[in-house]
Amino acid sequence: MSTIAAEVNDHAHDDHGPAKGIKRWLFATNHKDIGTMYLIFSFAMFLVGGLMALVIRTELFQPGLQFVHPEFFNQMTTMHALIMVFGAVMPAFVGLANWMIPMMVGAPDMALPRMNNWSFWILPVAFGILISTLWMDGGAPASGWTMYPPLVLQTGDAFPFLIFSVHLMGISSIMGAINIIVTIMNMRAPSMSLLRMPIFVWTWLITAYLLIAVMPVLAGAVTMLLTDQFFGTSFFLAAGGGDPVMFQHIFWFFGHPEVYIMILPAFGVVSEIIPTFARKPLFGRDSMIYAASCIAFLSFIVWAHHMFTVGMPLSGQLFFMFATMLIAVPTGVKVFNWVATMWKGAMTFETPMLFALAFVFLFTIGGFSGLMLAITPADIQYHDSYFVVAHFHYVLVPGSVFAIMAGVYYWLPKWTGYMYNESLGKLHFWLSTIFVNLTFFPMHFLGLAGMPRRIPDYSTQFADFNMIASVGAFGFGLSQLILIYVLLTAKKGVPATDAVWDNPEGLEWTVPSPAPFHTFDTPPEVLPPLKQEQHA
Amino acid sequence: MGSHADDRYYVPHESHWPVVGSAGLLFMMVGVSIWLNGSDPGFWVMLAGVAIVIFMVTGWFRDVITESVGSMYNAQVDKSFRMGMLWFIFSEVMFFAAFFGALFYARNMAVPWLGGDSNNFFTNFVLWSGYESTWPTNGPGEVGGDFTVMGPMGLPLINTVILLTSSVTITIAHHALIAGKRGILSTFLAATFILGFIFIGLQAYEYVHAYNDLNLRLTTGIYGSTFFMLTGFHGLHVTLGAIILLVIWFRVLKGHFSKDKHFAFEAAAWYWHFVDVVWVGLYIFVYWL
Repeated sequence: MSTIAAEVNDHAHDDHGPAKGIKRWLFATNHKDIGTMYLIFSFAMFLVGGLMALVIRTELFQPGLQFVHPEFFNQMTTMHALIMVFGAVMPAFVGLANWMIPMMVGAPDMALPRMNNWSFWILPVAFGILISTLWMDGGAPASGWTMYPPLVLQTGDAFPFLIFSVHLMGISSIMGAINIIVTIMNMRAPSMSLLRMPIFVWTWLITAYLLIAVMPVLAGAVTMLLTDQFFGTSFFLAAGGGDPVMFQHIFWFFGHPEVYIMILPAFGVVSEIIPTFARKPLFGRDSMIYAASCIAFLSFIVWAHHMFTVGMPLSGQLFFMFATMLIAVPTGVKVFNWVATMWKGAMTFETPMLFALAFVFLFTIGGFSGLMLAITPADIQYHDSYFVVAHFHYVLVPGSVFAIMAGVYYWLPKWTGYMYNESLGKLHFWLSTIFVNLTFFPMHFLGLAGMPRRIPDYSTQFADFNMIASVGAFGFGLSQLILIYVLLTAKKGVPATDAVWDNPEGLEWTVPSPAPFHTFDTPPEVLPPLKQEQHA
Repeated sequence: MGSHADDRYYVPHESHWPVVGSAGLLFMMVGVSIWLNGSDPGFWVMLAGVAIVIFMVTGWFRDVITESVGSMYNAQVDKSFRMGMLWFIFSEVMFFAAFFGALFYARNMAVPWLGGDSNNFFTNFVLWSGYESTWPTNGPGEVGGDFTVMGPMGLPLINTVILLTSSVTITIAHHALIAGKRGILSTFLAATFILGFIFIGLQAYEYVHAYNDLNLRLTTGIYGSTFFMLTGFHGLHVTLGAIILLVIWFRVLKGHFSKDKHFAFEAAAWYWHFVDVVWVGLYIFVYWL
């Protein structure tokens, strides 16, 4: 026994490289390999979900029904949302966390590497099941990603597959989040105090907490749907004393923190990038952390603003309206801090910075429309209109997705060891930014003029703006081909230096590019100093 | 950190267990879905998935136990496991919170509103005229028919005493482990999971009683739904916890734990206390109030 143990012991302390072939990926325990798989998977889902968006925009190019059946249209809106939320945005941020957090805190790997592998490999199963529903009797789920009963109970054979794929996504997210929290709390270099941690690490710590708190609630909600459908429970059946509105409450208790799960890591990425290219320390560093914590706390007490029209006591409407508007305060702190960081900075505009800048502008537009939606009497007019579609696409596409792209461009040289093609990166940025606005800005007007969401046909007065939005959507989709080309040729550029950029802040820039398989074998003793504000 | 080896990070080698687990989940979820859609072979596909997952869990834990017994884990790994377990239990708490939330919402809002409370006079008048809200209820449509409520006395009270006692016995076992008293440790640990299995047995008896004598079923409106889903998921967790304790008991008999290295025992104990606390909540809100 003891000799076996000793052998195993020696093996564990070998500085082993990656395994060969497919085993490297199937059996991976390395945070960089798992991070890469997460990023590739999320990009694949981004393309699949994007194609579904293009089906939607094709049908909406002109009024009337011309390309798809209304049932299929509903399946597309539902699947597009589920795939983009759970398959593209969330795994992309987990991929960035996997790659960067161990490097940023001075750890060799994630705290629980095998579980890390499992949380990734559940995802292809979950989305395999979800996407396979497209070919089932009754088609894919068509109730909207919010799965409201009683509508969702009309789903065909896809129904149990939908429920269980959501369970699997939840299991994956919870395990990923536990891993990230434990890595941050237990694997930091000894000299890295909590307030000394990079902002990206901080925002992910808070995000992981939100994930563990709300993903099980979603699991509970969909479990109730399942038992209502197959086992005769009455959770959402008024005749039995239940209430369909109760599902909405439980769902949005998950759903609103989920919104911040998708944006807090984006805040973190942008807070890393802007100081580098403004060549100034992040303004109000500690207040950034407190603001993110504040947003996380508030996210638990605002959920019913998604359902003002569904009926609730006046006191409830008032409470949820005011609590929602409070979120503008910590969010405003963040936006002003980013602007103040750039104030009098020696700015340059490489691709990551361009995406980060666009994020600040365009996310703020989404934030403002969110503030409009928070006002209960106004929301009763905006509800379920294209104004809502415009709002959440502004915070999710030029918000979360742009931040992911900014992060990918920012850290890509550290991952590959080579500089990507800067001119193509800039071209990708400009085309994406122009087309994303062309797609989503007209939707504000459509919504205010009364066009309802999730409907395949519309009144003729909406035709012009819909046509513009469809052109924008195809432009945005085609622009992503440039990103694919940039990524495929990422190792063709000039070798990157260790720092990659001009004196960026953080441990990840002190190690070679590309970073070694296990970045730190022992905890780094001395951390690079934080940048200090220069007082003239 | 003591010896030199402890100063280095521990990174485990590659493992095939995660993908085996994913394959198991795939069979399980696809199988149960096909089965629920009315196709019997799905049941066997699900069972195959369950078998694969059990195979994965045993294999994965065997690896971890071998590594642990081989002293490969330093203090940092131990702490990672502890934190991981605590956050896992927190996620479990939130899963139960969803069902407790449903209970509170139905009881304090949905049902009174159906009875015309607050500004819902017309809901009551138009849709459910004559319905007076009470709790427990199977709703204005009397879904599931007449039923009798499961009171707090009798079996539920005995079960409460059993679970609370098991919490004491596992604490005695823990103290015995620290004090190095192996006999007391194995006796009281055995007492704990035996109490757990007795609890499950009584719970099963209570379910039979509810179905046969009280006409209280899963289909008995919102009361039956919340009663059986809350107690049912709790029962599943007690079953799992008792199996975990059983495994820990076998490891105790093999002499796996020392007074300062016994994380697995503690994790099982934490889990046991967690199911205990959930039961107290259940007893108060589902059976008693």
